[in-house]
Amino acid sequence: MFYTEAGQFSGHYRADRRLFRLRQDRYALYALLLFAFAVVPAIGSDYWLNAILIPFLVLSLAGLGLNLLTGYAGQLSLGSAAFMAVGAFATYNLALRVPGLPLLVGIALGGVFAAAASVLFGLPSLRIKGFYLLVSTLAAQFFVQWLFTKVSWFSNDSASGVITAPPLRIAGHDLSNPAGRYLLTLGFVVALTLLARNVVKSELGRNWMAVRDMDTAAAVIGIPLARTKLLAFALSGFILGVAGALWAFTYLGTVEPHGFDLSRSFQVLFIIIIGGLGSIAGNFLGAAFIVLLPIGLSLLSGLLPPGVIDAGQLENLQKIVFGLLIIGFLIKEPEGLARLWQQLRERARVWPLRY
Amino acid sequence: MKHATFRRVAALLVAGLLAGGAHAANEQYFPLQSYRVGPYAAGGTGFFGGFIDYLQYVNAKGGVNGVKLTWSECETEYVVEKGVECYERLKKGLNGAPAAATNPLSVGIAYATLDRSTADKLPLITINHGRTDSTDGSVFPYVFPLQLNPYSEVSAIVNYIGQKSGGLDKLKGKKIVTLYHGSPYGKETNPILELLAKKYGFELTLIEVPHPGNEQQSQWLNIRRIKPDWVILRGWGVMNPVALKTAKKTGFPVDHIIGNIWSNSEDDAAPAGDAAKGYISITTHPSGTQFPVLQDIKKTVIDAGKGNLADPKRFGNVYYNLGVVNGILNVEAVRLAQAKYGKKPLTGEQVRWGFEHLNLDDKRLKELGAYGLVQPLKLSCADHEGGGAVRFQQWDGSKWNVISDWVQADRKLLRPIIEESSKKYAKEKGITPRDCSKES
Repeated sequence: MFYTEAGQFSGHYRADRRLFRLRQDRYALYALLLFAFAVVPAIGSDYWLNAILIPFLVLSLAGLGLNLLTGYAGQLSLGSAAFMAVGAFATYNLALRVPGLPLLVGIALGGVFAAAASVLFGLPSLRIKGFYLLVSTLAAQFFVQWLFTKVSWFSNDSASGVITAPPLRIAGHDLSNPAGRYLLTLGFVVALTLLARNVVKSELGRNWMAVRDMDTAAAVIGIPLARTKLLAFALSGFILGVAGALWAFTYLGTVEPHGFDLSRSFQVLFIIIIGGLGSIAGNFLGAAFIVLLPIGLSLLSGLLPPGVIDAGQLENLQKIVFGLLIIGFLIKEPEGLARLWQQLRERARVWPLRY
Repeated sequence: MKHATFRRVAALLVAGLLAGGAHAANEQYFPLQSYRVGPYAAGGTGFFGGFIDYLQYVNAKGGVNGVKLTWSECETEYVVEKGVECYERLKKGLNGAPAAATNPLSVGIAYATLDRSTADKLPLITINHGRTDSTDGSVFPYVFPLQLNPYSEVSAIVNYIGQKSGGLDKLKGKKIVTLYHGSPYGKETNPILELLAKKYGFELTLIEVPHPGNEQQSQWLNIRRIKPDWVILRGWGVMNPVALKTAKKTGFPVDHIIGNIWSNSEDDAAPAGDAAKGYISITTHPSGTQFPVLQDIKKTVIDAGKGNLADPKRFGNVYYNLGVVNGILNVEAVRLAQAKYGKKPLTGEQVRWGFEHLNLDDKRLKELGAYGLVQPLKLSCADHEGGGAVRFQQWDGSKWNVISDWVQADRKLLRPIIEESSKKYAKEKGITPRDCSKES
């Protein structure tokens, strides 16, 4: 009843091509953005901003990066954390060695370096597919981690291999407080999400999906495979690199190569599998599931009166419950949380009727 | 109706008081970023078990000048981002009881919460580990690598090897291999080892074992090729027993392996079985239950069935005793700070003053029942470490036997390096160091 397309006509091609064609979608988006940019920093506590929202946003962004590659272009990858590491270390070294480089430019250039690395490791995708490609991106994961551990130049010869983030300043404004870091993260996430949505609705996005569904057929109808695949790697790498830089600089404030190990790659992969392959909103839903649920479980278990269950066993129990939830969701909806969201919207269109 | 409104107003008032006045409850809170699962659970359960049992013991004695101690745990699994989440979750205190200090027992987490601790004015305690240059309290007012920082640890080990070889000048030409854990903690000492190698002329090889270290075949084959005189084992958790077992398999004599401060517990040696017999390690505190404070804990806490350890056999082992030592130091800091700021729950900033003025001499240690358990410790604005001495112990197959007197680190040699590093940090971060001559 409220969520209906009736009466919404496009008078121009421009209107027909806009990102969110439905008025309700647009208004919901404006309201969400207004809430995220204006209301959340004002009411969010340090804990919410620092420990929940920032990692949620950064991992959503990482999921977005991988989803473009895997969900849209169909190229499997286990190197997400490696490209995040490249972004983080490149940003750090740029800030350190190029005096006067603005922070935003540094983070963006970190993304560019990650994109370059991603293209390099994406080259095998021109010859191999599926699980074999997965293994070659796994090589990226191990190589990058080894490189940053072995060559201490990357961490400015710091004894422990841990680098600390430079002060977060933009045009003289100090963004080191929780709200500042949150807004910086949010800014990047919103900008890159809009970019990604634009791309997947463009010719490039359609090419990606054609390649994903059957690359021989795509080649036959004249889609340049090499260019399409490498562009997917580049854009995915760029977004992952920015996510890595944000993870290091706005979230943790420090970075070490082991923070970007294989389990981080798996985490990002799980985000897109649970959230939904080939969906933009799915990344946010998946990240919320992966980031928020364990914290929620941990907070819930904190409510139990002490002494009932041994503290160590309680931790293991939480892991079991979390695992069961993942299995449960995937059985209920193998296409991810985004599909549930889709169904909800379809229901809302005809509500209160059933069909 | 009227009654309900009144009740609602009263509830609001109480809530306001709780939120506004942090001192509503007469309690001091310890946020515990503990870890009880994962590859480092042995260290976590022992350390936090001892810490919690000591806090329970202090409470059983009536608290610190009547102020009860309270705590809650948050699982980090030794993972940095979980530690950060826990820090943010717990830092505000509990039910109005203000937080005294954080003790993450993880170098990675300590690094990540260092800036936050300073901004939140909450002491960050890294007993026997941590970031070495945080010893310089003029740059790191809120960070305390108590007892033994990583550089002192290495320096003491090299001094001991020197003693064994008949003088530090005899170190020339000796071959030493350091096998280190591939983490910030493991790497922390590499530059100082290189410096000492240059100074004393021994040949140093650094070999990394990737986290968590349950596969070390190639590393030990490499060691067999080098044929070193000594191996310094800078391990953590599961890496230690695996190292000892692999050493035996590759034929390296175990009594020429020296374990560092996190390779020194029963949980490190015992799982290696026979392979560990003769293994040497350093310690800042002996294991054992003979100390009066441990006997009292046994009486008031363990025997009352409130002990935190799941396995009571671990009572008095190295990790547990370190937890007790850490408890003693934290509570002493609170006590000292109370002497200055009044007998009430204190803010982190006030407790920080207590840590900085810790002064445990033999007399005070005897009063605490911890003589021989805790080394004499005197902290100041410039020195956030205090001790810097270790003893050496050897594993006889079932328990540790202390085999040396206190071996002191060459702190005079280390100080300029620490200051240089902390100055660099201050410059990077734009911190103006405190003037320690003006601190009281």
